[in-house]
Amino acid sequence: MKIMQNQQATELMFELSHPGRRTHRLPECDVPIGEARSLLPANVLADNPPPLSELGEIDLIRHFINLSARNMSIDTNFYPLGSCTMKYNPKRHERLAALPGWANLHPLQCDESCQGMLGMLWEMQNILGEIAGLDAVSLQPAAGAQGELTALLVAAAHFRDRKESRSRVLIPDSAHGTNPASAAIAGFEAVSVKSNAKGLVDLEDLKTKLDQRTAVFMITNPNTLGLFDGQITEITRLVHQHGGLVYLDGANMNAILGITRPGDFGADMMHYNVHKTFTGPHGAGGPGSGPIAVRSFLAPFLPAPIVVADEGRYRLDYERPKSIGRVRSFNGNIGILLRGYCYIRTLGPEGLREVTENAVLNANYLLARIKHAYEVRHGDRCMHEFVASAQQLKRTRKISAMDIAKRLLDFGFHAPTVYFPLVVPEAIMIEPTETESKETLDAFAEALLEIQKEDAEFLHNAPHTMPISRPDEVKAAKEPILRWKK
Amino acid sequence: MSYVLNTGPDQKAMLDKIGAASLEELFSFIPAGVRLNRTLQVPPALCEMDLQQHMTRLARSNQSADDAICFLGGGSYDHFIPAVVDAIAGRSEFYTAYTPYQAEASQGSLQAFFEYQTLICQLTGMDVANASLYDGGSAVAESVLMALSIHPKRTKVLVAESVHPEYRQTLTTYQANLSTRPVILPTPEGFLGPETLKKTMDEETLCVVVQHPNFFGCLEEVEALAEICHSRGGLFIVSFDPISLGILKGPGQYGADIAVAEGQCLGNPMAYGGPYLGIMACREEFVRKMPGRLVGQTTDRNGKRCWVLTLQTREQHIRREKATSNICTNQGLFALRAAAYLAALGPQGLKETASLCVRKAHYLAEQLQKVRGLALRFNRPFFKEFTLHVPGKVPELLRQLLQRGYHAGLHLGRWYPPFGNCLSLAVTEKRTGQEIDGLVSALAAEMKH
Repeated sequence: MKIMQNQQATELMFELSHPGRRTHRLPECDVPIGEARSLLPANVLADNPPPLSELGEIDLIRHFINLSARNMSIDTNFYPLGSCTMKYNPKRHERLAALPGWANLHPLQCDESCQGMLGMLWEMQNILGEIAGLDAVSLQPAAGAQGELTALLVAAAHFRDRKESRSRVLIPDSAHGTNPASAAIAGFEAVSVKSNAKGLVDLEDLKTKLDQRTAVFMITNPNTLGLFDGQITEITRLVHQHGGLVYLDGANMNAILGITRPGDFGADMMHYNVHKTFTGPHGAGGPGSGPIAVRSFLAPFLPAPIVVADEGRYRLDYERPKSIGRVRSFNGNIGILLRGYCYIRTLGPEGLREVTENAVLNANYLLARIKHAYEVRHGDRCMHEFVASAQQLKRTRKISAMDIAKRLLDFGFHAPTVYFPLVVPEAIMIEPTETESKETLDAFAEALLEIQKEDAEFLHNAPHTMPISRPDEVKAAKEPILRWKK
Repeated sequence: MSYVLNTGPDQKAMLDKIGAASLEELFSFIPAGVRLNRTLQVPPALCEMDLQQHMTRLARSNQSADDAICFLGGGSYDHFIPAVVDAIAGRSEFYTAYTPYQAEASQGSLQAFFEYQTLICQLTGMDVANASLYDGGSAVAESVLMALSIHPKRTKVLVAESVHPEYRQTLTTYQANLSTRPVILPTPEGFLGPETLKKTMDEETLCVVVQHPNFFGCLEEVEALAEICHSRGGLFIVSFDPISLGILKGPGQYGADIAVAEGQCLGNPMAYGGPYLGIMACREEFVRKMPGRLVGQTTDRNGKRCWVLTLQTREQHIRREKATSNICTNQGLFALRAAAYLAALGPQGLKETASLCVRKAHYLAEQLQKVRGLALRFNRPFFKEFTLHVPGKVPELLRQLLQRGYHAGLHLGRWYPPFGNCLSLAVTEKRTGQEIDGLVSALAAEMKH
């Protein structure tokens, strides 16, 4: 396998291009009409078509299939990437999503002609509301970050409607970078709230920052350290007391399905990452799907349209005068919502709870297996993920989190998330998910235990068996080459 | 059925290692007061056969473009998707990978995205393209945020009314709490008159946003508009149709500063609106203000050429509230599909696809004008989509045509009350002469009623 990878071609498709070759051929024009160029004014026409590459079919296929073999993926390797919930992506979803009755629907076709689609989406709205413990759902946001932005815009519209001027969004320092970035676009000032020594929200710091300027407190719970913040009811009480809203970043919903619900612990709004929790494949970066759920008093501000049911018929409701508008074209990342729907329908309520129980069990087991060798600052229990630190190793043996991450690749494991969350130095963030077996977890733990005993110099040069090793990122940023040129 | 592998004995062994008495104990951090003390009210579990039956039954109750012949457009089009696109994107090494943060384990995706960025530059004639945004609508909104970070003091955003109404709504929503304000420029004759722009354009104007071909299908006078925009120091932003660039000049040729597009037409199914592909390209000098991921070429420690995510200091995971955008997850798989599609077509295939769209759309327009009562609403050049004026109620007509087996068009009155008697029709390379003649006959028959 290693030999194969090293021999695989890495030419760019442009270097393989051969004038006169092509893959896709089109039919002759079968309507009696003049040439295309005669039908348009000369000044709008290009002299030549774009200089794309020219490849025959087998060369095109080999090129991309060989490229695919230069990836690690869930289907080929254990992928314990913290905060990303890389669980198995069921094959049945791919087959079902490709049915023409789903894949070949136009987004603007009339409601009467897509009742099956609207019915599925309506059911999905209800299911997501139930799992959240919240009242109303918008399926529109394309990803988690867009869900955050949408909810913050909803909050802004809510306060404007009440003629309250609130300018600040409070965010724990352990939060995902998307939280403050979304707050900025929504027009708020992002204010950081400290974590305490236990890795939870520092209540005293929160109290000093809460005032009548506070619009929203964004919390990830369980947080990015994999800890459930048991102060949550006190936190939400404090925020509400100051007239603010509580937002839950739902990145870590895999840890609480059927156990507790954001609405039950005081959140007013939240987003889901359907591509994480409900296993839409990540597609090497996307697509995602980031629906939001809110309490009923915020529902009028949700993006339009929303699916409604009238006497057994479904329709898209655009008549929402207080709505913030829309955050994208059309109806949402339907293909991912559809996969999420298939997943939830496959699991049922007991299955959802089983997911969470085993995600938390797997993470705790892995933690128990390695904690004698790797420092885990925030205790020896976690939820669905935990954050180890290589700081000791770095101090004593000059072995960094990056060294460990890169060396894991040689063992056939994708690396965990490293250097995040920012509150842990030399962070190694591990999320095994529930779809992995004890044998896989054991093998991964053994690799981690072995690596920390290895020679530091050897680790600095890891990986040793991958197609490339330690790309020069400084050079890439200093003299950016962002496209191929002849 | 939850895809969980742990058996009872596995769980027992794992709990022993952890030192916990039960699964329940692992959740002791969650206060009792907020626990859900009932099962979730979601439907019961289905096995694979039952799920397939359920989903197939629901799918069959939809009238897809396979059931009724599709002349719908408005940003989503029934173009042909070559099988190679599905074969490539169907490789689970691509679709079950995460964002390529670990370069050594992601060279496949990284190289594919580098190729995608190059293809988009070749397609548009622009200098740089990012590795994707969500869709055509949010790409327009992001382009204006990007313009704002280039010229933070300018406040006016001029938007042609002929830009897709949902893109305009998205733009307005994104700007709700920012310093900018959108000003809609009227397009009563189906395009933005350069004189209209000249009257409004000033030194406070941040950018001008047009779509070419626009929502009505008409071509805009992009060269003249770009010149007027630049004369007052504004940025010219164009939303283009990627397929149209098989025959039309590209945004790089007529002076666009930022070019964005809906990339659905590049090998992606219509899928009721998503996932799609937000394309963004810009001039070299603006690259550090660009939102979204960028893949760059570099070398590894052994001097081998390779690819990495680069210029990440623009992004939210580094810059937090000072980032150029909040985008994290993008549309990687659909960028891959677009790359495979463009590579499968090549220059000749793209040109022929665009030419077939032009010819078939013009043929349909020609035939419809022969039907008594029907007329083109705008006397403007168009690409693959055009606006038809009909007597009588459009929604009723469309309903009748659907019964005859045609998704015949979009009712423009939905977004433009003055065009209540108009529908827009799109014709892709997929429509055959027979299908087009069939629609003409069906419309003619309805006109006689």
